[in-house]
Amino acid sequence: MAILVVAEHDNESLKDQTHKTVTAAKAMGGDVDVLVAGKGVKDVAAEAAKIDGVRKVIACDHESLRRQLAEAMEAVIVPLMGDYDAILAPDTTSHKNYMPRVAAKLDVQQISSVTGVESADTFVRPIYAGNAMATVQSSDTKKVVTVRTTAFDSAGEGGSASVDTIADPSGPFKAEFISEELTVSDRPELTDAKIVISGGRGMGSGENFVMIDKIADKLGAAVGASRAAVDAGFVPNDYQVGQTGKAVAPELYIAVGISGAIQHLAGMKDSKVIVAINKDEEAPIFTVADYGLVADLFKALPELDEELSKAGY
Amino acid sequence: MKVLVPVKRVLDYNVKARVKADQSGVDLSNVKMSMNPFDEISVEEAVRLQEAGTASETIVVSIGPAKAQETIRTALAMGMDRGIHVETDDDLEPLAIAKILKGIVEAEGPEMVILGKQAIDNDFGATGSMLAALLDWPQGTFANSVAKDGDSLSVAREVDGGLQTVKVSLPAVVTTDLRLNEPRYASLPNIMKAKKKPIDAKTPGDYGVDTAARLKVLKVTEPPKREAGVKVEDVAALVDKLKNEAGVI
Repeated sequence: MAILVVAEHDNESLKDQTHKTVTAAKAMGGDVDVLVAGKGVKDVAAEAAKIDGVRKVIACDHESLRRQLAEAMEAVIVPLMGDYDAILAPDTTSHKNYMPRVAAKLDVQQISSVTGVESADTFVRPIYAGNAMATVQSSDTKKVVTVRTTAFDSAGEGGSASVDTIADPSGPFKAEFISEELTVSDRPELTDAKIVISGGRGMGSGENFVMIDKIADKLGAAVGASRAAVDAGFVPNDYQVGQTGKAVAPELYIAVGISGAIQHLAGMKDSKVIVAINKDEEAPIFTVADYGLVADLFKALPELDEELSKAGY
Repeated sequence: MKVLVPVKRVLDYNVKARVKADQSGVDLSNVKMSMNPFDEISVEEAVRLQEAGTASETIVVSIGPAKAQETIRTALAMGMDRGIHVETDDDLEPLAIAKILKGIVEAEGPEMVILGKQAIDNDFGATGSMLAALLDWPQGTFANSVAKDGDSLSVAREVDGGLQTVKVSLPAVVTTDLRLNEPRYASLPNIMKAKKKPIDAKTPGDYGVDTAARLKVLKVTEPPKREAGVKVEDVAALVDKLKNEAGVI
């Protein structure tokens, strides 16, 4: 059995979600190859070749792949699938975008956001915003799978796979990249961060997130938010942690003014240590928190800032 | 331009899903069902396109049990022109849905299909892109804004890290994200008017599509429970615990 893993990268560096997806692929059993599709990805391909247990890296380097638009990714991947029994990719927005296209072209039902691999054809995945876990067995001859990477450990380094370069995808494509506005931040990315501090509707306004930002900067943490805070317009959508946003699993997750709607819990309950600060002691967030502080966040956050300063942060 | 909006009837957003004791699935008897929230956003967007004179006709389609007609009526009450109900009691997978939708697109000839980025029951997040691939159309997924510009669409997309704008030639598939718009509530006169709007009755067989499930559900279980921890007295105690007990800061 041969499995293709699609790498997560930004054309400059390989992201750890790739290593985690490789772990999920290994659990299916078989040879694991990694596809690096992008522009100027020589270094990324070399990094992927070092992942432990990877047989070979396939690099496709073309301008049309710089932003990994769905139409171009489909054109690269579908012809490769003659040689593979399965394709796995992290369930980030870039891969969620084209993987169903690949599945449809192969006449396969995609298995989305798996959190467990039971065998080469059987997977566990959350449904109903994580309120239930479904174990499903695929009868398709090829498997198309996206992986909830927070549920898997990273594959190690130490491999020395070969790197093959393949032909450019044949265009033209019916979609083109126009522009992007990325949130500029010196903080770590939400999905990579060791510490995440998130605010909810209780924050009251976008301005009040400054209190969270200050603590995040002290701890080297990423800043997240509940869907309620995003819906209220306090912060951009890419801050959103939850079933309709990002799934995170940091060492420490601090939820401030977040009641703990199930859809939020689905995105953070795999965190190692959870802290909840909320003035409502009945808030559901306390049922998953290791440390709960019943307090007014407008008092607690400045205090936390001060205590961290005292502790040398 | 004709706009097609597929919608799904799902367990209401505010109702907690309960796993059946025999682990066969989620209990959907005697619970409130509603239109998938992302699909409501799609309906709203289609109606706005029509109000702006960009869409000439708006068609809503739902593939599901008899009661999916209620969901179609909701979309008609929000302002869409007419409906198509493809009746089936099977919980079809996205691939089968996309194949039926392809048949509807070929029959109706819309230039744009706009649908939710995912349904909040099975959370596959696959139907829109699958439909685009089957039609060989481009796609603008996770839309934050959509604007028609001649014979193409400009779609700002919610991506990890921010927003990405793409231009896709028409015809195209768009999938909606949360911030695209705020769906309206249907007014009583519009609800009454919607009762007179036509709904075509179809079956999956009308589209000659094999809808057999590719995934066998072996079991559906409760998610692993996380134990509640301790309450701390004050912020100083919290910092102390994080530093000295958990060792995470």
